[in-house]
Amino acid sequence: MIISVASGKGGTGKTTIATNLAVSVGKDVQILDCDVEEPNAHLFLNPSIIETEKVMAPIPEVDETKCTYCGKCADICRFRAIIVLGETILTFAEMCHSCGGCMKVCPEGAISETGRELGIVERGNRNGVGFVHGRLRVGEAMSPPLIRKVRSFTNPELLTIIDAPPGTSCPVITSMKNSDFVLLVTEPTPFGLNDLMLAVEAVRILKMPHGLVINRSDIGDGQVKEYAAKKNIPVLMEIPFSRKIAEAYSRGQLIVDAMPEWRDKFLGLYHRIKELAN
Amino acid sequence: MKELVIISGKGGTGKTSIISAFASLAENKVLCDADVDAADLHLIASPQIDQRNDFMGGNKAFIEERFCTECGLCHELCRWNAINDDFIVDNLECEGCGVCVYFCPEKAIEFPVQNCGEWYISKTRFGPMVHARLGIAQENSGRLVTLVRQEAKKLAEKNNLDLIITDGPPGVGCPVIASMGGASAVLIVTEPTVSGRHDMERVAQLAAHFKVPAMMSVNKFDLNTDQTLSIEKYAETKGIAVLGRIPFDTALTKSMVQAKTVIEYDKDSVSAQAINTVWKQISKYLNDN
Repeated sequence: MIISVASGKGGTGKTTIATNLAVSVGKDVQILDCDVEEPNAHLFLNPSIIETEKVMAPIPEVDETKCTYCGKCADICRFRAIIVLGETILTFAEMCHSCGGCMKVCPEGAISETGRELGIVERGNRNGVGFVHGRLRVGEAMSPPLIRKVRSFTNPELLTIIDAPPGTSCPVITSMKNSDFVLLVTEPTPFGLNDLMLAVEAVRILKMPHGLVINRSDIGDGQVKEYAAKKNIPVLMEIPFSRKIAEAYSRGQLIVDAMPEWRDKFLGLYHRIKELAN
Repeated sequence: MKELVIISGKGGTGKTSIISAFASLAENKVLCDADVDAADLHLIASPQIDQRNDFMGGNKAFIEERFCTECGLCHELCRWNAINDDFIVDNLECEGCGVCVYFCPEKAIEFPVQNCGEWYISKTRFGPMVHARLGIAQENSGRLVTLVRQEAKKLAEKNNLDLIITDGPPGVGCPVIASMGGASAVLIVTEPTVSGRHDMERVAQLAAHFKVPAMMSVNKFDLNTDQTLSIEKYAETKGIAVLGRIPFDTALTKSMVQAKTVIEYDKDSVSAQAINTVWKQISKYLNDN
């Protein structure tokens, strides 16, 4: 089973929920941190990293001894990553989307592929909880190919928990595609509600079952709950604001380590999700 | 003309609440919400939309069934597995590269441009504002960010305003890169947590990579003063101007619930006073540099 933890708004507690859920389940579980722009799960899990892999995106390399400057490559490229000016051909690695069109269209076979580093994927575990995350190279714009690489380590034998990035655009969709359940984490404030509504639209486009965790449930107002009731979205867990939780979080400590009584609540959350996903 | 872009790396550190307060404090400015993926500034600024525009993003392939001979070439060429065995294109997977369109021997593939969202020019009680809404599950957020920033600049020029305050997106990827290019300075708003620190370091590296001067302020600093101190030390070693700290204060949430800035809600609250100090430091920085 694949459970994605998503939110729309950043900083609502996705990583907190994903990591505490994974550790509470404890075995036959893996966590995939797909927030490759700002991965945080490792800060709370401290996994031992067993393997580090550089992830490359294919980009064109032109052999100018073969190039006749016909310009077909520049015509096919939708991303202005290759241009021909008279007898000069230029490639712009950071613009390239790796479609391979230029290489395919070149009549002289002058274009081959080399790589641009997108970032790294690191794999390991913590006390039996499998761990995979991606780290986008600072300066790299395109996260979806790196997210796909992280997702490729989904093990169908295990419970897979995906920590998704915030927002509702392509990186989020790439992260949570084909999940059996999406756990939406929000806070009961106008910003939380606005971004939750966007996230719910995204999840409904993907037609995936979903439920809600309300974090810092006693701040703000009652509008998130009213919205959830109106839209028939089950509220699966509420975590009241607590200075103790906030301080534990600030140090990188899991809730279930700081307050072990929460472990049963997270296990309860997992069982509710299992019922709803089927 | 100066443009200040507020970013954070990590989401939820208080960027939008702080910008709203700046909106109350700053004069002669345009507000620009470049967090097009999950925009929130309008919830406080309550804009009256004067102009609504479509955002046309990239193209997507569409196979005309009546011309398709199912030769399979498109399927083979597509690097995103966006074309299934029944020769239907999955819009969510299609990258818009047009390779299938170019090579289809039957010319059976259309390539319509997509409406990926909307952008707006509005009036607010703080002055003009440019904002946008990226369509759900859409791409090209970077292009939309660039567009709203260009429009904010035009609007400032037209109205003789000398400052743009831009609410940036979280993360370090495409939309963030688009939000900071050519800015006068970025303000990094972080929080004293291990994740706040981790994400601040990455976004600070990004600002350095693109050579944009950076300032930093720690929000909710009293949640962990040791962490606050260590973050500020890190920032100093990287040449980032460390501004005043902002305490944890429920007035920020309460003001948000009332759709007010914290300055409007309670200008004597501890957070309002701290943000006022930070704003004075920023104004001075922007004037001096």
